[in-house]
Amino acid sequence: MEGEALIAVERVSRWYGRHLAVDDVSFSMRRGEVLGFLGPNGAGKTTTMRILCGVLAANSGRVLIASRDIVEDPKAAKAHIGYLPEQPPIYPDLTVDQYLDYCARLRGVPRTRRKSAIANSRERCGLADAGSRLIGNLSRGYQQRVGIAQAIVHSPAAVILDEPTTGLDPRQIVEIRELITELGDDHSVILSTHILSEVQTTCDRVLIINRGRLLLDQALDTLGGGDRRQFTLALRSPPVPEELDAATGVVSVQALDGHRFRITFIGDDGAAAGLVEHAAKSGWGPYELVPDAGTLEEIFLRMTSGDEPQAAGDAS
Amino acid sequence: MIMLDIARVEFRRMFQLPLAWVILAAVQFLLAIFFYVLLSRYLESAQLAAGRGMTEIVVAGTLQIGGIVMLLVSPFITMRLFSEERRSGTLDLLLSSPVSLVELVLGKFLGVLLFQGVMLAMAALMPLSLLAGTSLDAGQLAAGFLGLGLLMAAFTAVGLFASTLTEQPAVAAVTSFSALFLLWIIHIAGHAGSEHMAAIFAYLSLLRHFDRLLDGYFSSVDVAYYLILVGTFLALAVWRLDSVRTWR
Repeated sequence: MEGEALIAVERVSRWYGRHLAVDDVSFSMRRGEVLGFLGPNGAGKTTTMRILCGVLAANSGRVLIASRDIVEDPKAAKAHIGYLPEQPPIYPDLTVDQYLDYCARLRGVPRTRRKSAIANSRERCGLADAGSRLIGNLSRGYQQRVGIAQAIVHSPAAVILDEPTTGLDPRQIVEIRELITELGDDHSVILSTHILSEVQTTCDRVLIINRGRLLLDQALDTLGGGDRRQFTLALRSPPVPEELDAATGVVSVQALDGHRFRITFIGDDGAAAGLVEHAAKSGWGPYELVPDAGTLEEIFLRMTSGDEPQAAGDAS
Repeated sequence: MIMLDIARVEFRRMFQLPLAWVILAAVQFLLAIFFYVLLSRYLESAQLAAGRGMTEIVVAGTLQIGGIVMLLVSPFITMRLFSEERRSGTLDLLLSSPVSLVELVLGKFLGVLLFQGVMLAMAALMPLSLLAGTSLDAGQLAAGFLGLGLLMAAFTAVGLFASTLTEQPAVAAVTSFSALFLLWIIHIAGHAGSEHMAAIFAYLSLLRHFDRLLDGYFSSVDVAYYLILVGTFLALAVWRLDSVRTWR
C-alpha cells in the first residue's frame, strides 16, 4: 500500500436542488499526510467531506478509500476512516466511556482490543479523567475532544475533521491544534477550516475550494517559493527606488504609495534587520516595518475575492 | 453482532430519559385500573359472564384495552429513533461507520422491541396473578399475549419509519399516530363498499387480527399479517434513510 493513494476523490459533483455545491472536484491523499481544506463559508467543504465519508451521496464521480469504493463497498471503505462532523456527533445522555465503547463497537474494534483502544483515545484527547462523566455536562471544548476521540478510537488510516476549532475559546483552539499536529504523526488527517493560520500551523498540503470548485492543490512548503519573504517598509524620506533595489537581499520593490514599499527579499529575519539598519544609516527615516501575513493569505484572498459569498450554507 | 450493540445502546439510552419511566408508569397505572374494573364486574354479576370464562372477560378484556393504550403511547416511544439522530447530527456517526442501513434499522427496532417487551411483561403480571386463585385458559392466554406482542411490534415498525421522515420528534409522533389510527379502524371503510372490498379492508385492519388472537383463535394468517406489516415498514425505513443520503 506504500505510496498508493489512501483517499482518491475522482470528479465528484453534488447538487442541492439547483445549487451546485461541489463542482467536479478531484484530489488524492497519501498516507501520513495532513491536508488542509480551506475555503470561505459555504464553499462546499462540508459537502465534500460528507461525500468522502459516505454520509452523503455524490451525484457523479466516486470516492475510493484504500482502493475501495465508498458506495460499492461501504463497509470496507468506511473501516479506514474516522469522521468528526462540524457538530460533534455525541449523545449527551451517555458517559464518555459508554459513548466511546459504542463508537468502538460501531467501528468494529474487536472485543479484546476495545478496552485499550478506548483508554488510548481518551488519553490522547486529554479525557483521561472524564471517563465516567456525562457528555451533556461537559463544556463545549471537552465535547469537541470527545468528538475527536470518537474519530480515532479505531485508529483509522484517515481522520477527517470538519472545522474542529469553531466555537472554542483561544486556549482550547491551541490545544486542539496541538492534538491535530500530534495525530498527523501516525494518521492521515483531512482538516477543513476557514482559518488560514490553522492550515499554516498544522498542514502539509493545502486545498483551496470556493463556490464548489477546487482552485488550488499544493504542498505548503512550495507555496511562495521557499525562502522568499515579503514585508512592507514605510520610509519618511524615501530614496529613488533603484537605491532600495540595490540593498542586500532585495529581490523586488513595489511602491505602494509615496512612503510605503512592499519589499520581497531572500534570507531570514536578519536580512530584514540589516535592511532597516541600512535605511536608518542612509537617512531614509524608516518608521514602520510590517511583515506580510504570508503568501497563503495572499493566494487565498486572490482566489476567493471578487466572488459574492454563496447564499446557501455549506452544511445540511 | 453490531445489530445487538445498537439495540443495547438504544435500550439503555431510553432509560436515561424520564420519558421511558413515565410511559412505563402510565401504562401500568391505566391497565391496573381497567384490570380492577373488569375483575370486580366479573365477580359482582355472574349473569354478565353468562357462561363466558374468567380468561375471556378479564384477561382478554385487559389485553384489548392494553392494545389501545399501546396505540396511544407507542408513537412517543418511537418518535426519537431517527429524527433526533438526524437533528443532532449523530446520524453522521452511524452513516460514516462500517454499518449497513439494514443493521442500523434492525438494531434500533430490536432495541425498542426490548423496551416493549419489558412493558408487556409488566402488563402480563396482573392477569397472571389470577392464577393464584383460579385457573385460566392457557391457550387463549398465550394467543392473547402473542397478539399484543405482535401488535406492539407493528406499532414500533410504523413509528420507526415515521421517525425517518422528519427531523422533528413531535412531527414523527403525530405522523405515526395518524398512520396507526388509520390502520386500526380501516375495516370501517370497507362497510360501505362491496363484499370484496370489505374483506380487503378488514384484512388490512390492525384491530381485526388482534381481536381474533384475543379470542384465542390462532391462525397463521393473522400472524403473517403482522410480520408482513413489520417487514414492510422496516424496509421502507431503510429505503427512506438511503434516499435521505441522496436527496438531502
